[in-house]
Amino acid sequence: MRFKDVFSIIGPAMVGPSSSHTAGAVRIGRVARQLLGAGTPERAIVTFYGSFADTYQGHGTDLAVIAGLLDCDTDDSRIPHSREEAEKAGMAVEFRIGVNPLYHPNTVRLELFKGERRLTAAGSSIGGGNVEMFSVDGFDVKFTGMYPTLVLYHRDRPGMIADVAELLRRHHLNIGSMDVDRKARSGDALTVMEVDSPVSEEIAGDLGRISEVRDVRTIDLTKRGRP
Amino acid sequence: MRFSTIQELAGLCEEEGLTLGEIMLQEQARESGEDPRHIHSRMAGYYSVMKEAVRKGLTEDTRSRSGLTGGDARRVKSYLDSDPTSAGGIACTAMAYALAVSEVNASMGRIVATPTAGSCGVIPGVFVSAQERFGWDDDHMTRGLFAAGAIGYVIANHSFVSGAEGGCQAEIGSAIAMAAGAMTEMRGGRPSQAAHAVGLALKNSLGLICDPVGGLVEVPCIVRNGFGAVTALAASDMALAGVRSVIPSDEVIQVMLEVGSAMPEKHRETAKGGLAQTPTGRAIMEELKQRNTPYRSRAKDAGQPGGEE
Repeated sequence: MRFKDVFSIIGPAMVGPSSSHTAGAVRIGRVARQLLGAGTPERAIVTFYGSFADTYQGHGTDLAVIAGLLDCDTDDSRIPHSREEAEKAGMAVEFRIGVNPLYHPNTVRLELFKGERRLTAAGSSIGGGNVEMFSVDGFDVKFTGMYPTLVLYHRDRPGMIADVAELLRRHHLNIGSMDVDRKARSGDALTVMEVDSPVSEEIAGDLGRISEVRDVRTIDLTKRGRP
Repeated sequence: MRFSTIQELAGLCEEEGLTLGEIMLQEQARESGEDPRHIHSRMAGYYSVMKEAVRKGLTEDTRSRSGLTGGDARRVKSYLDSDPTSAGGIACTAMAYALAVSEVNASMGRIVATPTAGSCGVIPGVFVSAQERFGWDDDHMTRGLFAAGAIGYVIANHSFVSGAEGGCQAEIGSAIAMAAGAMTEMRGGRPSQAAHAVGLALKNSLGLICDPVGGLVEVPCIVRNGFGAVTALAASDMALAGVRSVIPSDEVIQVMLEVGSAMPEKHRETAKGGLAQTPTGRAIMEELKQRNTPYRSRAKDAGQPGGEE
C-alpha cells in the first residue's frame, strides 16, 4: 500500500499553495538544517531545478525553503514572511537556477554555512508533501525525512555496520531502512538509517564513540518545529 | 487495515454495525498503536483549520502571490446574500466556502491537504456549510472526516490522488467522491448508500485533466473546487434518494486508474497542454517568467560563491 493511513489522505495541515512545491520544500529545508546540525545557518545558497526553477515564485517555494531552514513545520504561519524572519535571524540566502535533466522535476540543492561547518544536500519533492533526499555532502544516499533519521559520517571499514547495528539493538531501536555510500574503499563513507522511534542524545553520543565514526547527525521532522 | 476496497469497507460496516468513519478510526488505531482519542483529536484539529480557512477566505484579502486570483469567494458570497441565485442558496454557500479555502491556499494561508492542496476546498466547502445548516457538532464533523479519509485511502491505493500522476480527476475527482460519501453518511445514509455516492460522484469527473495555467495551483484549480463542492452535494442527494451506481465504486476507481494512466504527460500538471497552453494561458506564463528573476537577500555576504556545483 502506497498510502498507509488516514492522515496521508486527510493532511498534512500546511500553508499553501502546493503540497509538492510548498509543503515538500519546507520539509527539504528542515532536513538540511538538521543535517547541518548547528542551528540556523549563517548563509544558504539554494539552487532550484526543473519545475521548482520555473514556478518557485508563484508557489512560494523560495519562502518555503527558507522557512524550513528556520525549522518551521509545514503549517507554520510564518512561511509567507520567512524572508523577514531570515533577516531577523541573521541568515543570508541566495537563490540560483540550475539545470540538470537527470533530476526529478521538483528538485532543490542546498549549501549551508555556519562558522566552520558546511553542508551540501539535495532532495526532490515527490508529491503530497512527501520528499526524497538523494545527496548529502556528495554521498549518494536516499531517505525520506518521514521517520527519525540517523546520519553517520565515518571511514569505510569492515564491521562498521555490525558495530552500529549492535549498538542500536542494545537501545531497542529498529531500523526501517538504511543506505550507505563511500567515496572510496577504506575512504570516507556516509550511512543513513531511518528508525522507528526518536533517537536520544545518549544514543547519538554512543554512536559517535564507535571507532572511526567522525560525526553523527540526527533528523526528526516528527518533532514540532520551533515554537 | 482490514479493508482495501469500498465493498470491503461497506461490508465491514454492515457486519459490525459501525459507520465508515468509526471503522476508519478503529483501523487507524490498530495500525498505529495510538490511542483512538488522540487520533480523533488530531482529526478534530484538522477540522478547526478547515473552518478557519473558510472564515479567512470570506473575510480577508486572498490575492495570490502571482496576482492571478483572489476575492472570488467573497464575490459569490455577497451575490448570494443579495440576489436570487441560479443554483439555490445551499449549493452556492458550499461553493463559496470551497472557493474560500482554495483561495486561502493560493494566497499562502493554512489549509489541510484533502487529499492534496490543489483539492483542499471541496471537503471544507461541503462540511462547513452542512454543519451550519444541520447544526451538527464538531465531533459529528470529525467522524465525517474519518469517513472521507477511508474513501480516499481506498482510492489512493487503487488509483491515484495527484494531478501529476492521474490528472485532475485524481485530485478534485477524489475529493468530490470523499465528500459525497461522507456527506451521505453524516446525513444518516447507510454504508451501502455512501458507497453508491462514491461511485456516482467519481463517474462524473472521469477524464478531467490537470492543466494549471503557469503551473500554479490557481487557474482552473480554484473554480474546480467550487464546482466540486456542488457536485458532491448532488451525488449525496442521488444516493440518499436511492439512486444506485450501476457500475460499483471499486470498478469506477479502476476506470480512473485506466484513464489517468493513458493521459498524456502534457495533461498531468506539467502546464504543457490544456488551459495552460491556450494563447491567454501562454501569455500569463510568459509574464510570470519575466517576473521570476533570481532573488538575492539583502544580507551582506550572501553573494559569495558557494563552491563547486
